[in-house]
Amino acid sequence: MARQEPKERRRILKFEDVSLVFEEGPPVLDGVSFEIWSGETRILLGAAGAGKTVMMKIALGLLRPTKGKVYVFGEDVTGFDERKWFDVRSYIGVLFQEGGLFDSLTVEENVAYPLLNQARFMTEGRKPTVDSVRPDVQEALNFVELGETLSKFPSELSGGMRRRVGIARGSVTDPELFLYDSPTAGLDPITANTIITLLIKDRALRNTTTAIITHRFQDGHLLANFRYNPESQRLEKLPAGSPFLERTKFMVMQEGRLVFEGTEAELAVSQDPYISKFSMHPATKVS
Amino acid sequence: MLAGRATANIVRRPFYGQDLILQMDMIGVGSLPITVLIGFFSGVIMALQMSRALSQYGATGQVGQITAITLVREMGPVLTALLIAGRNASGIASELGSMKVSEQIDAMRALGTDPVKKLVTPRLLAMCVTLPLLTIIADFVGLIGGYMVAVPLLRLTTGSQYWNNAWRSLEYNDIAQGLLKPFLFAIIIALVGCLYGMRTSGGTQGVGKATTQAVVVASVWIFIVTAVITRIFVNL
Ligand SMILES: Nc1ncnc2c1ncn2[C@@H]1O[C@H](COP(=O)(O)OP(=O)(O)O)[C@@H](O)[C@H]1O
Ligand SMILES: [Mg+2]
Repeated sequence: MARQEPKERRRILKFEDVSLVFEEGPPVLDGVSFEIWSGETRILLGAAGAGKTVMMKIALGLLRPTKGKVYVFGEDVTGFDERKWFDVRSYIGVLFQEGGLFDSLTVEENVAYPLLNQARFMTEGRKPTVDSVRPDVQEALNFVELGETLSKFPSELSGGMRRRVGIARGSVTDPELFLYDSPTAGLDPITANTIITLLIKDRALRNTTTAIITHRFQDGHLLANFRYNPESQRLEKLPAGSPFLERTKFMVMQEGRLVFEGTEAELAVSQDPYISKFSMHPATKVS
Repeated sequence: MLAGRATANIVRRPFYGQDLILQMDMIGVGSLPITVLIGFFSGVIMALQMSRALSQYGATGQVGQITAITLVREMGPVLTALLIAGRNASGIASELGSMKVSEQIDAMRALGTDPVKKLVTPRLLAMCVTLPLLTIIADFVGLIGGYMVAVPLLRLTTGSQYWNNAWRSLEYNDIAQGLLKPFLFAIIIALVGCLYGMRTSGGTQGVGKATTQAVVVASVWIFIVTAVITRIFVNL
């Protein structure tokens, strides 16, 4: 099921001087520019209210920037209408901060939802049926180790399980880009590490370009320094000098502005008091 | 704008039939007992109030007419609509508001569905079908309530006279405004509920606020619209 790693690297997401101002108040996003290339992992750090979620919603076309340009999969999507966005979004997996699971639907129906509703999975204008997508749904749920919960409702699950259902729903479409909004927020450290392990596994098996919003530095550290080995089925630490270390970059947001972009090493030596807050707990704490 | 998009979706695929049936069941069947109760008592109260005034003029035989006209023109539509506004504008606003703050509406858009089509259109349609039906039921039960007061209780008139009088007094005009009003009220309730729900921000507190606002705004619009319609029909 792994996507072959493409020989040429593609520009998956690009923001060009993007700003967003709501009717009242200061800009929520202020002249943000960055690029994410295929195969990369991007860790987005920042205090609450810094504009991380807003940035993710702009990348999904759920919010429209007031200024600047957005490119997704190399295409300028800035002026796209909702219908065109539906097509773009069907190649993006997303886990919302608040979960975004439909609480009137079962776990199975939640995970099947994108397959049943996105045009790219229709054959000759026909929607697939719940039965026809069941194997894919089962596989996605097995991946997050919730293969037994098909007929449960989200309200019957724990916080960590709901996140995992969200991950299954995002990955069932085999997206090229996966956006995770605070996947570990509000979870105990053990569950949080399980979730990050899942992300690392997903990244390895599907070769998905990944962007993660978090305020736990440990999450970023794990994602930057570990990879999943399919043979041993375990995480292993990347050796020093591994080219994969370069694949994970960190960004720090402060009040709508992007104030840092670089590797974990660069983040660790930053002298800025705000930026260094996000690297205070060094590697030794995580095992 | 929401109204336009929700209406345009009625004829556009995909059509969420299951959602429509579910909503009709929630609004219609769910509100039936309370509608019957309120309809019955508004008829009872109308007849009781009128009995004194009418007996002063020795016109107690007209009780059927008065009850029928006030019920069909005004009391039935407005009371039913206020009831449904309290019950369902709030229900719709809180349901959609919770979906908004838990990012379910964002998730819908992210996963290939138009929330207006999936959430607003079925509620609007269901409301437009069920509110006029509920109003007719309320009117009819109200007439029965009026009958109970006028005939067995106060012996103001005979049964056949009551029903004859009630039936003949209703003109085409009365029926028309008695059906036009609930139809317009349905649009108000559904759209206000959806709009306030989908504009919710600020967590669970925001949901509470949206719910209250939806009921207040819908009720105020119901009174404004009934005044305007009555004004138009009085002139006809
Ligand atoms: N729909 C909205 N209307 C007005 N302000 C908003 C809206 N959505 C977010 N904001 C504001 O934008 C800022 C950034 O929010 P957000 O991106 O959610 O922060 P975070 O970095 O914690 O995810 C906050 O100050 C928030 O109040
Ligand atoms: Mg956020």
